Amino acid sequence: MNKPATQALATAGGSDTAKKVAASLRRRHRAERRFRALGVLSMLVGLIFLGVLFYTIIGNGISAFEQTYIKLDIDFDAGVIDPRGDRDPQTLASADYLALIKSALKDQFPEVRGRSDRRRLNSLVSTGASFQLREMVLENPGLLGEQRAVWLLADDEIDMLVKGHIDRNVDEAERRVSDRQIAWLEELDGQERVALRFNRGFFTNGDSREPEMAGVLGATLGSAFALLVTLVLSFPIGVTAAVYLEEFAPRNRITDLIEVNINNLAAVPSIVFGLLGLAVFINFFGLPRSAPLVGGLVLTLMTLPTIIIASRAAIQSVPPSIREAALGIGASHVQTVLHHVVPLALPGMLTGTIIGMARALGETAPLLMIGMVAFIVDVPESFTDPATALPVQIFLWADSPERAFVEKTSAAILVLLGFLLVMNLLAVILRRRFERRW
Amino acid sequence: MSLTTLIIITTGLAAMAFLLGRHRAVASAGGRRKITKLHSLPNHYGQYALIWSLVPALLALLAWSIFDQGIIDRAVLGGLPAAYAEIGDGERSLLLNDIRNHAHNKMLGSSPDEAIAAAAERYLDLEDRARRVRGILVLAIGLLGLMFAWRRIDAQLDARNRVEKVIKSLLLLSSLVAILTTVGIFLSVIFESIRFFASVSVTEFLFGLNWSPQTAIRADQVGSSGAFGAVPLFVGTFLISAIAMLIAVPVGLFSAIYLSEYAHHRVRAVAKPMLEILAGIPTVVYGFFAALTVAPFIRQSGSLLGLDVASESALAAGLVMGIMIIPFVSSLSDDVINAVPQSMRDGSLGLGATRSETIRLVVLPAALHGIVGSILLAVSRAVGETMIVVMAAGLAANLTVNPLESVTTITVQIVTLLVGDQEFDSPKTLAAFALGLVLFVVTLLLNVIALKVVRRYREQYE
Repeated sequence: MNKPATQALATAGGSDTAKKVAASLRRRHRAERRFRALGVLSMLVGLIFLGVLFYTIIGNGISAFEQTYIKLDIDFDAGVIDPRGDRDPQTLASADYLALIKSALKDQFPEVRGRSDRRRLNSLVSTGASFQLREMVLENPGLLGEQRAVWLLADDEIDMLVKGHIDRNVDEAERRVSDRQIAWLEELDGQERVALRFNRGFFTNGDSREPEMAGVLGATLGSAFALLVTLVLSFPIGVTAAVYLEEFAPRNRITDLIEVNINNLAAVPSIVFGLLGLAVFINFFGLPRSAPLVGGLVLTLMTLPTIIIASRAAIQSVPPSIREAALGIGASHVQTVLHHVVPLALPGMLTGTIIGMARALGETAPLLMIGMVAFIVDVPESFTDPATALPVQIFLWADSPERAFVEKTSAAILVLLGFLLVMNLLAVILRRRFERRW
Repeated sequence: MSLTTLIIITTGLAAMAFLLGRHRAVASAGGRRKITKLHSLPNHYGQYALIWSLVPALLALLAWSIFDQGIIDRAVLGGLPAAYAEIGDGERSLLLNDIRNHAHNKMLGSSPDEAIAAAAERYLDLEDRARRVRGILVLAIGLLGLMFAWRRIDAQLDARNRVEKVIKSLLLLSSLVAILTTVGIFLSVIFESIRFFASVSVTEFLFGLNWSPQTAIRADQVGSSGAFGAVPLFVGTFLISAIAMLIAVPVGLFSAIYLSEYAHHRVRAVAKPMLEILAGIPTVVYGFFAALTVAPFIRQSGSLLGLDVASESALAAGLVMGIMIIPFVSSLSDDVINAVPQSMRDGSLGLGATRSETIRLVVLPAALHGIVGSILLAVSRAVGETMIVVMAAGLAANLTVNPLESVTTITVQIVTLLVGDQEFDSPKTLAAFALGLVLFVVTLLLNVIALKVVRRYREQYE
């Protein structure tokens, strides 16, 4: 209500009611402002939580895309690697590369003596570094007998120190890196032998107990295999079910039952689908545990309701005039649907499917039930190889005690969110591109 | 013949059947020019032939794959020496496993005794023969179907109607998958639960106050007979869900009101999708966030106030779960608030009510059904949510309603009971299914009520 009007009310002063209204206006307007502020506040609460969530995850995870490396002058001593001198790949593969690293460290720090000091010195470098040398030699046996400066993976504690996650001012007994190790590291750093480099291993390795060697490739492929199964099964079944319910189903009790059923299935907790998968697919049908195949089957049952509901909405949005035109020139009901309605509804169905897939990609609980939580180092190569999935990998790493896994977990979350973002963008683009206003 | 080759050959046969059927139809009409004599389009005759050559063959293949393993197993076991005839069921399946392992990985270390080696050989032989018979059978049925279709096809055959009937039944079949899923869920939890209730009484499970599912491995072990009173879990679930709803309902509802009644459409276009991002974030991410950031934060603020907060407090899990649920409440409420007819708002504003009075006294009461429905759906979501509580709530079953202490929930217990290697007969693992049954029934009831409430409301204004 604007000012002149209220004044008019007050000055007119005709009835008691008008006076009462005028007197209460201030209070009521204050209530109005309060109410509105509450609305803004609660919306901001939601957005702030979103911001804090992303800030923590990105802040924690971004550093995992780089890893600390230490440059050492490795002497590829032929006497150590290949004592017999026949360059047999078997010997090369099983040689003691750790000894090379140890002797390189010894040359670097000749003053270090004593077993425990030596051990501490050696633990600057990751246990995975010897695999790195092995790869190099297997790829190029000509290295034998030469001396090369090689960037080797640092241990995860050293990595945390370099990234500033371990406080150097804390009492020595309370941190995982000793003063001497810090001194050595600083000496190496002074010779420009310590550097943060892009962490390729994070994208090309499977899981590992050593944080510096752990990667998401195995989990990503496990997710990909499972999602492929889900897509191949749930898209055709979901679309045909939607077509039946929308176009052919007679209005009777069975149809009602199916509809109520689908709506309820959409809201059944995902962990219950996991129980179903465990009892039916694994115990009854005897399918292998931990296999992406079973994961895909469970996720199929879980995403079907989403896809059916989205597909039905897409079919409903096709105007009746299309159907009538097709029927009018003599097409049968099935022809009308298959030749006209479904192609026009397809973009909407695809959008729904992609959104369903995105939900399936982020789903963890049912996969825990069917045993996709094992510690699996190998990258899966088929639908029945034991595997984990990306969200399960996040769960497993989040449970690990090493400080470095916090960083890896956040980075894996970033990868997962990246995939989700791409899928949702795809859905949005599809909708924008093909959506028709009739 | 391996399964892949068989499927490729059957597919090839089906493609051939399509071409043959179409050709035959055109020929029986008297050539391409007289095609109008046909009852249906030539392609329909092709599809007709294809269906006849493919569907029976595939059904036969399916039936064969279901039964062949059992038949082979029985034949192999039956051929064992008499000494093996009187063993129990469990031993028999172990023995069968042995035989299978020897049959498939010959280099497997330990040399088997002679009977098993012979059985393994017979097993391989039978498997080989079964595969051959399967190939011949499936192809023969496919060819027979093709021949049948070939003989039936003429210009008068109503191929289109028949093909469409098949298509319709295929469509019906896939919509039945949804029912099958529900039945599957129900049966799988019911069966295991019945087995569980054979060793633990229903009343003890539903009303017992003590939950410690560790059962004794040896009979003489002390103090671990296992207690399966689920009340602490129910209370814990209730507590965490209640905290979540205390966050989600006001925040979600007020955001919905603000976005639909006050906000400029540009603000709405940005803020609404942003809030919905919260619903798209995987729950495992929330779990990590709760355990890494929120729980320590609450613990520290608690100790500043002189309170002793458990590191896995119900408050942390409930708070984060509440954030997750905000968009469920807000977008559903937004829909129902938008569905309230504008004329009702106009009437109220015209009488001189302020906007907030209109919302409180007219819009919200009109939308109440829908809002209640959306809150019920959100509750069912909170009750069934797993990853947040697995990562941020405790494992110990404390019977308490103090949000600063650690409690455990139904879903947490299901996960802890079933993850890892378990034998499948102990009450410990079966208890997970009983909990699953409770969870399924509770969420189902909440959903049914919520959908009913929402639907009744919708009908009022449409």
